[in-house]
Amino acid sequence: MNPLLSIRDLKVDFPSQNGPVRAVDGVNLDLFPGETLAIVGESGSGKSTTAHAVVNLLPGSGFVSGGSILFDGQELVGATEKDLEHIRGRQIGFVPQDPMANLNPVWSVGFQVEEAIRANGVATGKKEVRAAAIDVLRRAGLSDAEVRLKQFPHQFSGGMRQRVLIGIGLAANPKLLIADEPTSALDVTVQRTILDHLDELTRDTGTSVILITHDLGLAAERAEKLVVMYRGKVVEAGPSRDILQNPLHPYTQRLVAAAPSLASRRLSSGITKTAGGADFDLTAVAAKRETRIAGSDTIISVKNVSKTFTIRGGGFKSTPFTAVDDVSLDITRGTTKALVGESGSGKTTVARMLLGLESVSAGEILIDGKNVAGLRPKELFSLRGRMQPVFQDPFGSLDPLRNIAHTISEPLETHKVGTRAERTARVRELLDQVSLPWSISSRYPGELSGGQRQRVAIARALALKPEIVVLDEAVSALDVLVQAQILELLTELQDELSLTYLFITHDLAVVRVIADEVVVMNQGRIVESGRTSDIFDHPEQEYTKNLLDAIPGANIRLGASLS
Amino acid sequence: MFGYIVRRLLQAIPVFLGTTLLIYYMVFAMPGDPIVALFGDKAVNPAVLEQLRARYHLDQPFIVQYLIYIGGILRGDFGTSFSGQPVGTILAQTFPVTIRLATLALLFEMIVGVGVGLISGLRKGKFFDASALAVSLIFLSLPIFVIAFVFQFFFAIKLGWAKPTVSGEAGWGELILPAIVLATISIAYIIRLTRASVIETADQDFVRTAYSKGLSRRRVIQVHILRNSLIPVVTFLAVDFGVLLVGATVTEGIFNVPGVGRTLYQAIIRGEGPTVVSFVTVMVLIYLVVNLLTDLLYAALDPRIRYGK
Repeated sequence: MNPLLSIRDLKVDFPSQNGPVRAVDGVNLDLFPGETLAIVGESGSGKSTTAHAVVNLLPGSGFVSGGSILFDGQELVGATEKDLEHIRGRQIGFVPQDPMANLNPVWSVGFQVEEAIRANGVATGKKEVRAAAIDVLRRAGLSDAEVRLKQFPHQFSGGMRQRVLIGIGLAANPKLLIADEPTSALDVTVQRTILDHLDELTRDTGTSVILITHDLGLAAERAEKLVVMYRGKVVEAGPSRDILQNPLHPYTQRLVAAAPSLASRRLSSGITKTAGGADFDLTAVAAKRETRIAGSDTIISVKNVSKTFTIRGGGFKSTPFTAVDDVSLDITRGTTKALVGESGSGKTTVARMLLGLESVSAGEILIDGKNVAGLRPKELFSLRGRMQPVFQDPFGSLDPLRNIAHTISEPLETHKVGTRAERTARVRELLDQVSLPWSISSRYPGELSGGQRQRVAIARALALKPEIVVLDEAVSALDVLVQAQILELLTELQDELSLTYLFITHDLAVVRVIADEVVVMNQGRIVESGRTSDIFDHPEQEYTKNLLDAIPGANIRLGASLS
Repeated sequence: MFGYIVRRLLQAIPVFLGTTLLIYYMVFAMPGDPIVALFGDKAVNPAVLEQLRARYHLDQPFIVQYLIYIGGILRGDFGTSFSGQPVGTILAQTFPVTIRLATLALLFEMIVGVGVGLISGLRKGKFFDASALAVSLIFLSLPIFVIAFVFQFFFAIKLGWAKPTVSGEAGWGELILPAIVLATISIAYIIRLTRASVIETADQDFVRTAYSKGLSRRRVIQVHILRNSLIPVVTFLAVDFGVLLVGATVTEGIFNVPGVGRTLYQAIIRGEGPTVVSFVTVMVLIYLVVNLLTDLLYAALDPRIRYGK
């Protein structure tokens, strides 16, 4: 059998002021009809670039500088734009990464689906095209497709938009579907439904799939074959389970050790030994953390707290919306409490109320016995010095116009701590604590990587020597390896400085390695809470079980070589 | 949506009262007695003076004069100019001319500005783009009267393609040259605005997705890039139309166009209070309406924007 897609020695360059930068360097891969292949790697590894090169949709000024891409007997490198138009959509479908940015906001969803149908000759004539669009959306899992056609993308949730994009990708029954991180922006449970659906659709039609992902667990679960990329090169390729159970290349070994989903699996199966060559091993991090709870007092006490927002309706009508409904939880000094739930579960609202950024509608939040709501501005100000946040987006939470030293010392200036020289010394100390070199202090956020930025954000949070740090999805936007580094750093800092963490996340795999106790939230209410190991090993509620099952790679048995 | 429009119209009332009061006061505070000025060098009979003062309510306190004036406007009476012509008649004569001129200018802005801007944006950094940027910079930095005189001299006098000045009728054909002059600065700005907008849109993820669907380049440009890029441009054009409608003093002066701008200028020079205030009042009203229409247009173009909650 001939491969459907055969890439040989592919090279992709991006021109820069210092000459071309090679993003993909000599990649080879074969994909047979009906097969699913996953390309795994961190951001900048060239995995997306490789996929984009296949349909010649490289971003910016990137270009293929060598090699060959043979699709169904046709050479795609150097093919004319006209030929490619016929291949795109009709023969190679494409599902992009970010469902929020990939639908045109000014056209209705129906228009955008119909456009794909018409361009690929699936149907002609107004009525037929409309019928085909409804069919495409139905197959993609939007049951009320007829009504939905007239709506605009901003009226859709992320999961629904991704379904639309999958529908568009598969509209013309292509032979190959390229899915570029199709679910990275979505909640785990939504991710699972969408990937299940994708599996089903492509299995029925015998469509080959290239799945691009940074999540090793997800790749292994969904694809028969795995290609691991690192700095533009393929470092390892072969059957998924083999690679996961017996990673040969040091980079793959690090990836396996650092993947929270896999670390969680190892924790539950009682395997704690690290794979050789791994820099970060989350299993070890988690093992360090066991019994800390006993013997400490309660620092934060949230009692029957509710939050109601008013949503404006048409005219003078408005409807109350309860974002947080009668939530109670206690956090023990020096421990980590994880608040878990899908988007819209109210977890971030709880954190915002705790930080005093949002008022409390009912109930009370006590910190060291004092009610946060009753504080005068001055008291709130000093409380904020003891309680610091770290947010999800390291790009958005640092001021691009302030250098790093300035950023870190800002809380010190605000709270008038120390002299200028003392503040500089404190910045130096903080940089050291988060393992950043002093030389970075005069640089600006734009010059740093995502991981470095998050370290800066943590250093800033620690500047005032707080007792409580609220981490709102603080590692969700990071690559696995960087994520592991930051998690390790957080655990070390907790030990050193006896910090109390409120860790908000939608990623249960991360919770397992970092949290002492877990609170699971759904639609504003607490579903279940308890010690991390209890919740993971014996979840009582259906909702928690679903969340746990949805962790990618949850059902993969890890082989003997890791133990 | 309906509630939003009503609210906006209600908001217009204080704006209308405030602006007219301000303008009325400024005209009132202008130095010199308008009645005396009316007689020029001739000596004025005090009895006649008193009579005229009473007729124009000039003997009343300021606020009473203002209220009488506003009352007249609400009844559709804009007052009488010193030459004895009803101001309403002058408005009816000059506004159609300015509307014709503004419409022509807007057409040029749309065709040339958007067209050149689109090509520039799609060929970023190429020769066409560089030349368009250079030319637009020249036009942006020239004062309009320089452009007006150069165009008048070159196209009307040297080449004889148009008449250098406009006749009293001010028909469509005669207004083409002044309209081009009037449009030039906005065109330069629109080229830059469209170009920047096109470059930004072309880089969006949904454009790549549109290509990945198998759409032709032509369709992607028309349906996805151009449509999205035009949102800021169209709103600028709408506001600019409002600016054009309230007249272009310099251009109308140079080409002798009997429009709003020139008439208002002459009224200011002559110290004709009622004419000035009435013209400005109408301009304020037009501006308010155009602004409201712009906001509604914006919502129509971008489905994410919905007014009236």
